[in-house]
Amino acid sequence: MIAFNKYYNHFNLLSSALIVVSLLLLIFKGLNFGIDFKGGTLIELRASDSKINVSSLRDRFNQMDLGDVSVKKFGNDTDFLVKFENKDNKKNIIEEIKVNLDKSFGNNYDFRRVENVGPKVSAELLKSGIIAISLSLALMLIYIWIRFEWQFSLGAILALFHDVIVTLGVFSLFSLEINLSIIAAVLTIVGYSMNDTVVIFDRVRENLRKYSDIKIFELTNISINETLSRTIITSATTLLALLAIYFFGGEILKGFSLAMILGVVFGTYSSIYIANTVLVRLRVSQKTVLREDDQKN
Amino acid sequence: MLYFSKLRILFITLFSVLFILIASSNLFKFDDSFFDKKINLGLDLQGGSYLLLEIDNEPVIEQKLQNLTTTIRNYFKEKNIKIINIKIDNQNIFFNVIDNDKQSVLDVFQDENSDLNPYYPRFKSHQLEIEDTGLNFKVNFSRQGLIKLKNSSQDQAIEIVRRRVDEVGTNEPNILKRGNNRILVELPGLDDPMRIKSLLGKTANLTFRFVTNDENDRFGVEKLKFENGLEEATVSKRIIISGENLLDAQPKMDTQTNQTIVSFTLDRVGAKRFGKATSTGIGKQLAIVLDGKIISAPVVRDTIASGSGQISGGFTFQTATDLALLLRSGALPAPLEIIEERTVGPDLGQDSINAGMIALAIGFILVIIFMFVKYKIFGLITNVTLIVNLFILLGVLTLFEATLTLPGIAGIILTVGMAVDANVLIFERIKEELKDETNNILAFDSGYTKSRTAILDANITTLLAAIILFFMGSGPVKGFAVTLGVGIFTTLFSVYFIARLFTSIYVSRNKNKEKLI
Repeated sequence: MIAFNKYYNHFNLLSSALIVVSLLLLIFKGLNFGIDFKGGTLIELRASDSKINVSSLRDRFNQMDLGDVSVKKFGNDTDFLVKFENKDNKKNIIEEIKVNLDKSFGNNYDFRRVENVGPKVSAELLKSGIIAISLSLALMLIYIWIRFEWQFSLGAILALFHDVIVTLGVFSLFSLEINLSIIAAVLTIVGYSMNDTVVIFDRVRENLRKYSDIKIFELTNISINETLSRTIITSATTLLALLAIYFFGGEILKGFSLAMILGVVFGTYSSIYIANTVLVRLRVSQKTVLREDDQKN
Repeated sequence: MLYFSKLRILFITLFSVLFILIASSNLFKFDDSFFDKKINLGLDLQGGSYLLLEIDNEPVIEQKLQNLTTTIRNYFKEKNIKIINIKIDNQNIFFNVIDNDKQSVLDVFQDENSDLNPYYPRFKSHQLEIEDTGLNFKVNFSRQGLIKLKNSSQDQAIEIVRRRVDEVGTNEPNILKRGNNRILVELPGLDDPMRIKSLLGKTANLTFRFVTNDENDRFGVEKLKFENGLEEATVSKRIIISGENLLDAQPKMDTQTNQTIVSFTLDRVGAKRFGKATSTGIGKQLAIVLDGKIISAPVVRDTIASGSGQISGGFTFQTATDLALLLRSGALPAPLEIIEERTVGPDLGQDSINAGMIALAIGFILVIIFMFVKYKIFGLITNVTLIVNLFILLGVLTLFEATLTLPGIAGIILTVGMAVDANVLIFERIKEELKDETNNILAFDSGYTKSRTAILDANITTLLAAIILFFMGSGPVKGFAVTLGVGIFTTLFSVYFIARLFTSIYVSRNKNKEKLI
């Protein structure tokens, strides 16, 4: 049996530090919102001429008076991602750009993807993204509150917040782009983290009913160990699937799968080191469970 | 938990085979229409254009208020109430009354059968709201009035949008209302939306009006620019004919001048008016105005009584074709703005499909190897279940002709990763049970029973997330929610019916084997 409980305090400190750092990052550095939430225009461009590279493209685009332009390689050497604000929401901007690029590069490029999100739509998308995440957290809270005693609910929700905040913190730290698919990833993380926590909690509660003489500190450790191989196998298969998406699923899914990979790692960690320690700190005992059982009968 | 009746085995087999058949209809052609269904590919996979248009209702409101001032004036005249200073400002009509006759003014607006309350008999609500500060009145549209106005301009606009898109002839466009002032246009397979965008961006409000030098024209005048943006002309506000009078418009080649022109045919009312105007206006310039810009202003040389004519204006064949198309399909009630556009080229779509399929195959193989190494014979059972599960999932998506997007493929891969969770929970539980229980069958039985709540909890939480995503997400993300959500149900089915069936067969044949799992 692995003595997870030996490190409860250490990891609680670490988690608190991670949350504080993430929050500071989110407040002071902020998130790198993509055009979905900030508005603007995105062009994915494939070149068939080696003259077309990041710096020559940047030169061209900077001459066109489009506001802040960013040009990046996208996956391989011939693909580029160009993003700009398109502040005035000019109507025929794409056509103008094509005419301009034709002058310098002829016909040796191709627009593979064009996205243009107006300021009104991006504000709405951001709002509905925030609502979606809040709503999912609220629903999980309600679900777990129905299924478990309040001490368990608190533990699960703290673990959830930890996973969401720290994942977003990592995105802020590395300035990774937040777009619509990241919201989908965060929601899935919420589901996964909850799932993982609930499986351990289920065992904790079962053991609480079974043993009256084992303290919660010891009991959580037993439960974690009993469910450990399931935790490892499920995280492993999920991570295998996600790694396959990350490495082979194409550039568009990279951010999405990365967020999910982080979420699965944090989710697995938080089920053990946050959710359970809350039970320990709230001195959950057999009485907690039995009292609830009485009420239900 | 381990006993299966013959009937149930039959049911499980039939169910699985049915969905495998439905899923395979994506690859083969079936004559039977029930099986001949296909998963729709989202715009991000097949390539195409997604355009969200917003109707700018302000000009419509402005116009309606303009008309209303006339109506109001006439009404008060009829009732002998004197009003002065009637004007429109910031979408409100303001006016004053001279006599202390406030109540009779309010009565006019309360009159349920007047033109000012066009739908009162039907909806019991007023179109207009009136506020008074002493003898000053402020009139504007009520909430209900605004909603009605927006709905009707949306209805008109969507009709015109549909006509214009149909005229261009893309395959299976999808045109839908969004809210009460937006229109969503999905154009699968369209590589370059430039033309459609420019067609939808034009209101196509066509008028024929005389150029005048008389600043005191009875109808008022306005200065308008020519299409080239350089020259200007003063044009009367009196409309001779408008786009509504057109029956048809076609691009043509003028054989005499070798120019591309747009020839048009007028309806009877239009032909009459056009004939009259051209007979009295010989020698004058007739401006052809489209969306506030003069296309051309030819001099009238002859009376045109035939009800047909032509517009020239230095067109290329393409611009003439587009103008004719716009004139045929009619004017939009209000300008449209493209507030969101997402276009994916077909080759990127194909690349995404390929990448998604490779990721799916690799993810699948990795999970299968992992499970086999970890659980041997039970790993094999899980893997067979996983394959059937994948087919059932594809079968359900096919049956409902769901739309598969790139994140949707990611959802399928994720389902593969998470689907083993339920089986793992069961197998690990059985392992624990076998520590104290020597009877294999009993141990398996209680393994299934005791793991049930954890499995249900785990799946409900994921399902909740998927449901929220489905309702809040848009486009590609919605596709993810669908595959993730459907995946939960197919997983539960395959774990509790298919995997359990295999397990029960294996366990009952190896009742006395030690170290079964």
